[in-house]
Amino acid sequence: MSSPAQQSAGKPVAFVSAQALRARMHDAVNDPHLRQSFRGAMDFLMAKRAAQFPDQGELDSLRSLSESIRQYSLSRLPDLLEQLESNLTRNGVQVHWAETPEEANAIMLGIAQRHAAKLIVKGKSMVSEEIEFNHAMEAAGVGALESDMGEYIVQLAGEKPSHIIMPAIHQTKQQIARLFAEHIPGVDYTDNVDALIQIGRRVLREKFEVADIGLSGVNFAVAETGTLCLVENEGNGRMCTTVPKVHIAITGIEKVVEKLEHVAPLFSILTRSATGQAVSTYFNMISGPRRGEDKDGPEEVHLVLLDNGRSQAYADEQLRKTLQCIRCGACMNHCPVYTRIGGHAYGTTYPGPIGKIISPHMMGLEQTHLLPTASSLCGACGEVCPVKIPIPELLIRLRGEANSAPHANPAMVGQGAAYDPKISLLWKLWARLYARPATYRAFTWLATRFRALTPTQQSGWTAARTPLKPASRRLRDMVKDRR
Amino acid sequence: MSARDRILAKLRKARPELPQHLPSLDDHYAPRARGESRQERLARFRTGIEGFHADVHVSTASDWPQVLATLCAEKNIQTLMYGAATPAAAQLEATAFGGTTLRPWAGQFEDLKADLFHRVDAGFTLARGAIAETGSLILWPSGDEPRTLSLIPPIHFVLLDAATIQPTFYDALNSENWAAGLPTNALLISGPSKTADIQQTLAYGAHGPKELIVIVINVEGGTV
Repeated sequence: MSSPAQQSAGKPVAFVSAQALRARMHDAVNDPHLRQSFRGAMDFLMAKRAAQFPDQGELDSLRSLSESIRQYSLSRLPDLLEQLESNLTRNGVQVHWAETPEEANAIMLGIAQRHAAKLIVKGKSMVSEEIEFNHAMEAAGVGALESDMGEYIVQLAGEKPSHIIMPAIHQTKQQIARLFAEHIPGVDYTDNVDALIQIGRRVLREKFEVADIGLSGVNFAVAETGTLCLVENEGNGRMCTTVPKVHIAITGIEKVVEKLEHVAPLFSILTRSATGQAVSTYFNMISGPRRGEDKDGPEEVHLVLLDNGRSQAYADEQLRKTLQCIRCGACMNHCPVYTRIGGHAYGTTYPGPIGKIISPHMMGLEQTHLLPTASSLCGACGEVCPVKIPIPELLIRLRGEANSAPHANPAMVGQGAAYDPKISLLWKLWARLYARPATYRAFTWLATRFRALTPTQQSGWTAARTPLKPASRRLRDMVKDRR
Repeated sequence: MSARDRILAKLRKARPELPQHLPSLDDHYAPRARGESRQERLARFRTGIEGFHADVHVSTASDWPQVLATLCAEKNIQTLMYGAATPAAAQLEATAFGGTTLRPWAGQFEDLKADLFHRVDAGFTLARGAIAETGSLILWPSGDEPRTLSLIPPIHFVLLDAATIQPTFYDALNSENWAAGLPTNALLISGPSKTADIQQTLAYGAHGPKELIVIVINVEGGTV
């Protein structure tokens, strides 16, 4: 593994400093193994997705429908959250609300302590990563064990996921073989993938059997029925939500849809966009704890609804589109920047294009204003997004928010964080020059005459490029000659 | 003011005045509700789920217990657990299972937990239906057939009536009006448990069943 992951090993990400971000990106780009891993994996995922959509017409129809469902759900969000809460409560699920990661962790720690829980087994949940759930529990003496194979590997290695769908995508099977041999008692080195998975199965089955609490995320929450839907392949999600006596689900407030039928197209486009599967092995619809004639299932089910900056994105018509996301990861699979630097270099829970547009709401622009600049604006992310989030437009908007002069009532925390009066003045002058033909002509005339005076050191530009120098003749003069 | 009230107040303050228009889901799904025959639909389901590494055996309403008994013998299954009060249970119990012990689910999960994890080799459940488009089984676990029967034992046998196969997930949940009364847990299952978390290499038997075996009752008979 490259140094960036080790630097951030196990530590909560609190600040994405410009220096650290640039250093991590530099390290990642210069790590041929890392680049090879990501290039191979992204090519694989892109090909698998493409194979799922042989019919462009069907893809267009499904994308439009999915976008409409997400926008419709968001337009009614506060009502749907109340409807969801009342139906879940009717089903026997306890609903909690948290504005911040600290509140969410406190709620879940409270539940764990009430049950004197020693071990929480976890299904895959990016929201639990977002709030540093494992650290919060461990600090209070409660064990939190990841059970998704990829998450388990990443936790053993003391790392964070480098991809939201395939957390251990940066690790080779040889690295995982060494990790298992080192950390799991009685296990010898084997890089046979089937054998490694069977080792993970054996270790984690012992934990499912004894865990006090199971934690999961939520892919869709259905308001009309009070149902939590989970998408997975491994069966660990079912284990975590079925075997322990208590199930806690955590989700962002944006994941709610009104009707059960709305999940059909969203589920279909999610698995096909994410891993190129027509369907996942399991689609798990949970509508309450064990009740009536039921003989198994948890006795208590809790749902924690987390804001953590989502309501800020919601307040602005354009930024609200960020919340349409169904977390498929297709934007990162198709991103030329993500493919070259991998997920860890971003330093945020959500890497890649979606991370660049959601993290500023969670962490503020002071800490994240560089993220939207880590893009070539090629547009691939927007083109593949199953719910048509205009990611490139949002990146430009966030750059504008970060670089404009601080003003009252900004749409975002940290607005103006990257504002530099000198650069701002320079752009203003440039705009004036280019908006007036007479001054522009005079300027270009002077530039060609005094080109010898161009400085050879041009700040950031010449760090990796040859200096810019005006041509000896203007384009307009050359065109005139030709006539 | 609670966190709940603060979050809802923030959202309400920002809320767009008119709710967005929602297009009809029927328009998207209607062109794909093909006028296919039951056999064609079964064939589509079969291709789908076999692609996910499940085994499919087509049988009849009277012969399926014998098919199951033969499979249990081939796979050397010592203990097969099933739901006691289902219509299929009586048929199972009337069949000679040779070396396989038939064990009905009895009691609460806590009484059976250790056995399910360590001593039951296979679970048997009914499917409520299936989805042709994706090759998915629909299970609605209940007190008669608890959720862990299809989760913890290493092999999961499922009995499916071909007449209950729907074209799409959308058709299944709409035509049967699921929203009017879902069970505690409803499931779609498409193959045995799997993962590709190590170097995108597909491996079966991650945390759930290592094998999924579907026995289809096909009243019309014939080859599929």
